Amino acid sequence: MSESARKDTPEQADFRAYCQQWLAENRPADPPVRLPQSALEIMTNEQLDYLQAWQKAAYDAGLVGCDYPVAVGGGGRTDCQRVANEEMLAARTPFFPNVIGLGMAAPTVFYHAQDALKERLLPRLFSGEDIWCQGFSEPGAGSDLASVQTFAERRGDKWVINGHKVWTSLAHFAEWMIILLRTDRSHKYDGLSYFVVPIRSALGKGVTVRPLIKITGETGFNEVIFEDLEVDDSYRLDELGKGWQVAMTTLLHERGAGELQTPRSGGLKSEATHTISSASLINLAKESQRDGACAAYDPVLRDKMMQMVIREQGLAQNNRRARVQALLDHPMRLPLQYKLLASENAQDIASLALEVAGAGSTLYLNHEGAPDRGQWPMAYMNSYGMTIAAGTSEVQRNILGERVLGMPKSK
Amino acid sequence: MTQPNNFGFTEEATMLKDSARKFFADNFPTEKLHHLVADNPDPERSPGFHWEPELWQQMVELGWTAIAVPEECGGLGMPLVAVAGLVEEVGRAAFPCPLLSTFNTCRVLQNCGGAGQPALEEIAAGTAATLAITSVDGSWNPGHCGVTVRDGALYGTASFVQDAGKVKRFLVSANGDSGLALYWVDADAAGLQIQTDGIVDLTRDQATLHFDGVQGEWLTDAGLAALNLAMPAIWTLLAADIAGAAEWQLQTTVEYVSVRQQFDHPLAFFQAVKHPLVNVMVQIDQTRSLLYNAACAIDCEPEKSLQFAHMAKASASETAALASGRSVQCHGGIGFTWECFIHLYFKRQKHSQVLWGDAAWHRARLAEILIGPAAA
Ligand SMILES: Cc1cc2nc3c(=O)[nH]c(=O)nc-3n(C[C@H](O)[C@H](O)[C@H](O)COP(=O)(O)OP(=O)(O)OC[C@H]3O[C@@H](n4cnc5c(N)ncnc54)[C@H](O)[C@@H]3O)c2cc1C
Repeated sequence: MSESARKDTPEQADFRAYCQQWLAENRPADPPVRLPQSALEIMTNEQLDYLQAWQKAAYDAGLVGCDYPVAVGGGGRTDCQRVANEEMLAARTPFFPNVIGLGMAAPTVFYHAQDALKERLLPRLFSGEDIWCQGFSEPGAGSDLASVQTFAERRGDKWVINGHKVWTSLAHFAEWMIILLRTDRSHKYDGLSYFVVPIRSALGKGVTVRPLIKITGETGFNEVIFEDLEVDDSYRLDELGKGWQVAMTTLLHERGAGELQTPRSGGLKSEATHTISSASLINLAKESQRDGACAAYDPVLRDKMMQMVIREQGLAQNNRRARVQALLDHPMRLPLQYKLLASENAQDIASLALEVAGAGSTLYLNHEGAPDRGQWPMAYMNSYGMTIAAGTSEVQRNILGERVLGMPKSK
Repeated sequence: MTQPNNFGFTEEATMLKDSARKFFADNFPTEKLHHLVADNPDPERSPGFHWEPELWQQMVELGWTAIAVPEECGGLGMPLVAVAGLVEEVGRAAFPCPLLSTFNTCRVLQNCGGAGQPALEEIAAGTAATLAITSVDGSWNPGHCGVTVRDGALYGTASFVQDAGKVKRFLVSANGDSGLALYWVDADAAGLQIQTDGIVDLTRDQATLHFDGVQGEWLTDAGLAALNLAMPAIWTLLAADIAGAAEWQLQTTVEYVSVRQQFDHPLAFFQAVKHPLVNVMVQIDQTRSLLYNAACAIDCEPEKSLQFAHMAKASASETAALASGRSVQCHGGIGFTWECFIHLYFKRQKHSQVLWGDAAWHRARLAEILIGPAAA
């Protein structure tokens, strides 16, 4: 369901008209191959090439990095990324492949790196020519992220890295990694530093990337092993030992609660892909049968579908209210809910779609004639990636309870 | 038509909301509410209610009853979103008064053309009023009513009439020869008997009205259209009351579980306590966002107001249920007593949950809009 039209500032209105026109004239052709449901499951070079070409075109047209300064390759506009995102969504463009770069690395580099490094890294990040990945999680450090053990040892103005990162999305295509490292074993939070590391150029020379297979059968995340990889000190973003604070910038943006709006393209509806939304759920119900009648007549399913419509609209209206000072009690109360709600809504929509599809929900991508080409069971499985990655739903509820409601900390 | 980004919530609306919050905090702390309304726990007490007419009079003098009346009828004509902001504060204080009923009545009178004008002027001048439009079976469809017009007089019964004991006028719906008619009836009119209902909620009053040849001012014969047009605003304002009350329930419960210790920890250390309270917060925020969206649609995007208002009240009814359940459960034994203040809000919310349609009813109506009729 579309959000209601809103009033734009004059700059936004001009830019919106420009985006609409550009998108009308430059909508990318349908992909030559099946696309995954999100950038985190890109498996082949054909998929990547197609999506990278799209991101580059959108960047060259000024639809990516709109609100960053011109000096770092941005558009120098005010609150216009939101506009570009809305128009790209409406135009059902493909998603961008460099999601970790745009959503997490870019704001972190922007807020914490020296100017020269920003000017070097950000333009190729925005254009998608350099794919980025995030090396935070380790086998022994997941929800308890500050317990990472991958170690950087100082040698002059170089650092030598040894250790093991895991679940690293897009590492198999990435030029660069943002990485949280331990530089001091005697302090948990104050013994961490934060680097950007060129990993592609170091493959086989201190870096090994091994793909891991996901629950859906796809690849997309990896384990990354570091063995005596030497990195220049100029790639360190924090004041030594203050890596945790830098990581907070990353996590805030990863959870949709940061200052800078992430460039987002998406909603491509083609033979190959489809979106997880209550609108596509209702379409599925209209096309499905239940006891010999249209599933969209079933009162129980109707009630459940309306619950999803309402939650989806509630989230959209939260995002709108988050910018209306007079209607907020606590500045982080709505922003910190975003990730939790978006992931759980997607999960519950997909789960309900399986219920609506009934017996048809057993059919997968490899079955001719599966409802919506088997995308729903895949979406349902992938939704657990969303409720686990970037801080699990349980961790999000701890954060909301403690940071927003002020309840005492849980262990 | 398009909605403004900020829901049309102006500086003026902010000042109104803030001053209302301060008014209730200064004049009506929860202890006072409890002292006022909870004097008799006996479940078989004779039906009745308590309120503070002097405080209500102060609210009238502050101009609050006039904010929803159009300017041409002597009111302030504030947008619904500002009215909703005020109602949220009434809900937060669980304040017993006919403000919501009076606002609801205004919304219907505005759809009655010139005949509604004198009634609106009365409200602008401080007269409280309420809707008497519900049949004995409690139908949420405004087309079902238990009053009939015969020879220009009203006969029959109107049930579930809110704040009936606190108002001077009733807006009554009645089946007439040319459709559903609306009448403006004096509370003291001859032939009208007001029978107070015995209800759970201590912060409201409700009554059954018996009409036996009652005379009233005729307003319109197109009553169904007038009511249908007003219902989205009525649902939205009730959602605001619920959201305000739920925030009180949340904050009060959070405070309690952060202080009380068991197993050497504050209760909120345990996630079985903490996480459901986060869920209450999330549910309240959905309701607030949806109700401002609905109010703004009623002000600026009328073609969407029906579906957005169904969403707001459906969400609000869920909020009322969730916040109430958690508030009692998280307080343990003390939460189960008459002496703990949370029962006042629990009861108000359970009343609001079903008033003007529960969640399932609103979702069923929403489905008719978004999917189409329920059967082929
Ligand atoms: C699709 C996907 C992509 C990912 N991509 C990346 C990436 O690019 N880079 C990266 O660094 N990481 C990535 N991750 C890793 C992700 O951040 C971690 O999986 C996540 O933080 C959880 O850590 P864990 O897997 O070790 O689970 P654990 O921390 O072991 O948690 C297991 C279960 O216990 C619960 N739990 C843990 N602690 C608590 C607590 N205190 N209270 C209540 N419950 C608790 C969790 O909620 C969860 O349900 C990705 C994960 C997925 C699924």
